[in-house]
Amino acid sequence: MTPRFLPYALLLPATLFLLVFFLYPFVQIAVLAFSGPDGFTLQHVQTMTSHWKFGTALTNTIVLALIVVPIQLVMALSMATIVTKLRTGRSAILYIFTIPLGLSDLAAGIIWLAIFEQSGFLNSLLYGLGIIERPILFLGYQNIWVIFIAVVLAEVWRATAIVMVILVSGMGLIPKEYYEAAEVFGASPWKRFVKITLPMLRPSLQSALILRTLAAFEVFAVVIALGGTTLPVLMGETFQWQFALQDRNVASAYALVILAISVVSTLFFLRVLRVPKEARI
Amino acid sequence: MTDAILTDTPRSVSDAQAAGRFLIIASTVLLCVWVLVPIYLLAVNTLSSPQEVSGFPKSGVPSFDFGSVQFFVSFAGVARALWNSVVVAVLTMVLSIGLGAPAGYALTRFDFPGKEAFRMLVVMTRAFPLPLLALPLAVMFIRVGLDDTALGLALVHTVLAIPFAVLITFSIFSGIPIELEEAAWTLGCNRWQAFQKVVLPLVLPGITASAVFAFTISWNEVFAAAVLTIENRTLTAFLVQNLNVSPLHLKFAGGAALVIPALIFIFAVRKYLFSMWGIANR
Amino acid sequence: MKIQSRLMLAGALAAVMTAAGTVGASAQVLFWSTQAAPIEETQAMREQVLAGFEGGVDFQPQEVGPFVTRLEAELEAGSGSIGVVGALHGELSTYADSWADLSDVDLGGIQVSEAFLELGKLGTDQQLYMPWMQANYVMAASNEALEYLPEGADINALTYDQFVEWMGVLASETGSPKFGFPAGPQGLKHRFFQGFLLPSYTGSTVTKFRSAEAETAWNKFKELWQYTNPASTNYAFMQEQLLNGDVWVAFDHVARLADAFNQRPDDFVAFPAPSGPVGRGFMPVLAGIAVPQGAPDIEQSKALVAYMMQPETQVATLKATNFFPVTDAPLPEDLPPSARALGEAITTMTSGEDALPALLPIGLGDLGGQFNQVYTDTFERVVLGNQDVRQVLDEQANTLRSLMEQAGAPCWAPDEPSEGPCPVE
Repeated sequence: MTPRFLPYALLLPATLFLLVFFLYPFVQIAVLAFSGPDGFTLQHVQTMTSHWKFGTALTNTIVLALIVVPIQLVMALSMATIVTKLRTGRSAILYIFTIPLGLSDLAAGIIWLAIFEQSGFLNSLLYGLGIIERPILFLGYQNIWVIFIAVVLAEVWRATAIVMVILVSGMGLIPKEYYEAAEVFGASPWKRFVKITLPMLRPSLQSALILRTLAAFEVFAVVIALGGTTLPVLMGETFQWQFALQDRNVASAYALVILAISVVSTLFFLRVLRVPKEARI
Repeated sequence: MTDAILTDTPRSVSDAQAAGRFLIIASTVLLCVWVLVPIYLLAVNTLSSPQEVSGFPKSGVPSFDFGSVQFFVSFAGVARALWNSVVVAVLTMVLSIGLGAPAGYALTRFDFPGKEAFRMLVVMTRAFPLPLLALPLAVMFIRVGLDDTALGLALVHTVLAIPFAVLITFSIFSGIPIELEEAAWTLGCNRWQAFQKVVLPLVLPGITASAVFAFTISWNEVFAAAVLTIENRTLTAFLVQNLNVSPLHLKFAGGAALVIPALIFIFAVRKYLFSMWGIANR
Repeated sequence: MKIQSRLMLAGALAAVMTAAGTVGASAQVLFWSTQAAPIEETQAMREQVLAGFEGGVDFQPQEVGPFVTRLEAELEAGSGSIGVVGALHGELSTYADSWADLSDVDLGGIQVSEAFLELGKLGTDQQLYMPWMQANYVMAASNEALEYLPEGADINALTYDQFVEWMGVLASETGSPKFGFPAGPQGLKHRFFQGFLLPSYTGSTVTKFRSAEAETAWNKFKELWQYTNPASTNYAFMQEQLLNGDVWVAFDHVARLADAFNQRPDDFVAFPAPSGPVGRGFMPVLAGIAVPQGAPDIEQSKALVAYMMQPETQVATLKATNFFPVTDAPLPEDLPPSARALGEAITTMTSGEDALPALLPIGLGDLGGQFNQVYTDTFERVVLGNQDVRQVLDEQANTLRSLMEQAGAPCWAPDEPSEGPCPVE
């Protein structure tokens, strides 16, 4: 096969698959957002944007992602770096770090609720240490920022492992000669990290950031578990319109908003962390 | 780096290095605690009696009450649901890597018209909420007879997992200089042989990583599983979909029931996942 | 890698084989339900209630998302596996066009409540669903809370004023709010406003939505909210908070209080919801069973419907789910503590002189969810968002009015019957 057709041949199975199992149903849903009894309409989009929760849901979703994703990036980089520096127990430590991978967001929500709820573990600890006399209400609707922090903690705990595993696989590919050479020239560990690790890791960083940000925009189960409806997010509103209010048109409009901010953020990461065709050095 | 570690075996370390080591050990311990404590608390609540789970203050030590666990184990059909989950997850793994890895390779090594369009298609797949897609997919599956089969559910889970497979393999292939492959070509290998002998061993960890993701995505997915399987329920659809409305102690036991098999799976493949230091030392 | 890929292949083959082997393996009736979803109730339904049905039943309770999705997919595809659907009145009325007529199901002399049978016709002359089981909402309190009951107040005949006073005393004496209200995402808060609070003050659910009396009612509730545990916005099943002591008094669906009474029968009491100036408003819960027109075996499905109505099945259902019979089935002596305590409270509430029953919404079709949302939104804006009551009521009244017109639904009790869509004054 000539090299001109090789890429298409490689892409063909995945493309066909996605056309049938994603694009076909997707188009069916997406048109709902704009179709009314008399053809094209912006009625549903209007219903969505004029609903009093829309603005809050959009802001919450974006702000959550803006806080969670950078924290996870820093933590994942530290974890990956630490692992490479360990002399003993490396595989055990790596395994521990990856444990949250196996957890569903449902389970994560249950666990963190058990920590933060009024009769939960955190209150038990504070009470046991004699710091408080009666349990504190952490997740009340008046303290939205506490709920926010709880959601951030739970999300960081749950989904950092994904970023870390991608980065660890990427770090393994950086030739050690580079570090050795840098050391000969007396580069400090920090300098080595900034000048070698980060640039060489660009493809992995890009993939990890894209995947993680997309997931962050779909945050749902953890928010519902910890905040109920006090902290509306886009995915929660999509569910609400689709199933509780049974208005599939508006639900579809919400889903398209999630899609839109995801595409924008992906384009951003593709631009900022551009990966050359082959990672020549 | 290996050298640096070797040279400091005699106790001639400078203070700075000692401080560095201490910092690493301290942060390792801290991070392990951060990851493990919530898991431990899940275990505590799973192994406590209903009264303890809803009581206050909590002791933080399990009383080894196996009532909640027993409730799940005695559920008729758990074994079959477990098997269905494994089958669906393995199928998802095979499908998403089989379809995704070639695409990831193509995105790395070639420039061609339509590349960006394909990339966007992949991203959109991950960015659109599955519960909305479930309805048209279910209609389609009922019509063509894929409804209530492991394969049908695996196809849906592959939609979720394929962006991971494509993007991760893309990033891993990108990290391998093409010179390596070119060298193999000049030594008489054809493209496929060069890939197999030179590239494949290097990308194994990345492939394993995406396999792990595919597995856990499928394992933990509830919605599509609840809609698309009836007789062949997966473990999540079977046990966990109604945890939200179940009493607290069962919520925790159900959560743990889901976590344990996933942890065993990750443990089983960790060798592949973390083997890169051995092979990448080129 | 080779071994790994071989393993994968073997797994795939095995999977395809199992997939091929199990299709159509059994002819059980698939019972698709939104009720009895808590995992213990599911187990009890399977083992205690449905095990006796000849031919077998596959009981699958679902959260509303998968429930609706699968049901709609089967209706759209025109075929499927669901034999019987069990759901609440409101959920069933969404798909009125899709149910088979159950008028010819032979009940063999079992008396079913006339009012419920009428609801099951969904405004047609066919029996589109069969009433299955009923429940109600009541108050529950721990014994400790009773010590703070205002003097002269009768727990079985409280007014909203007395109730709020009681909660106020409780909050100030114990140092923290002790009333719990299921205002979480899974909580049934809207029913309280539709069926309890508003009818008690206005004698209406829809017509007088923005009346001065309704304003008074909402302000009363705001007062109560001061003594309500703020974590209520996370609550869904008040039995949990009663058991762990986060709240001492709570309002909820009987099925969602039952666990407290079963775990510690001597520690809790159940009592009727309070009364307002117009009466003691309350709203029953009615679940029904329907058969989709495209069910695989309609005769077998109908046989299951008949089975569900048998006296023994109805009693077993009560024990499994804390939903009471809709038939004249005699109740046995050995009821669980929850059924006894909660059942008594319901009887006191529904048979009192000031009883003011509010019916479930009728004729809303698939707008039932949006109808509920009007009340939930009002609550979130007035109580949580602290917005001006008058203004919120005016705005939400517009939404309510357009919903009524869109559905063309005439008024239902306690509102006066109307010609055409129920007006919002």
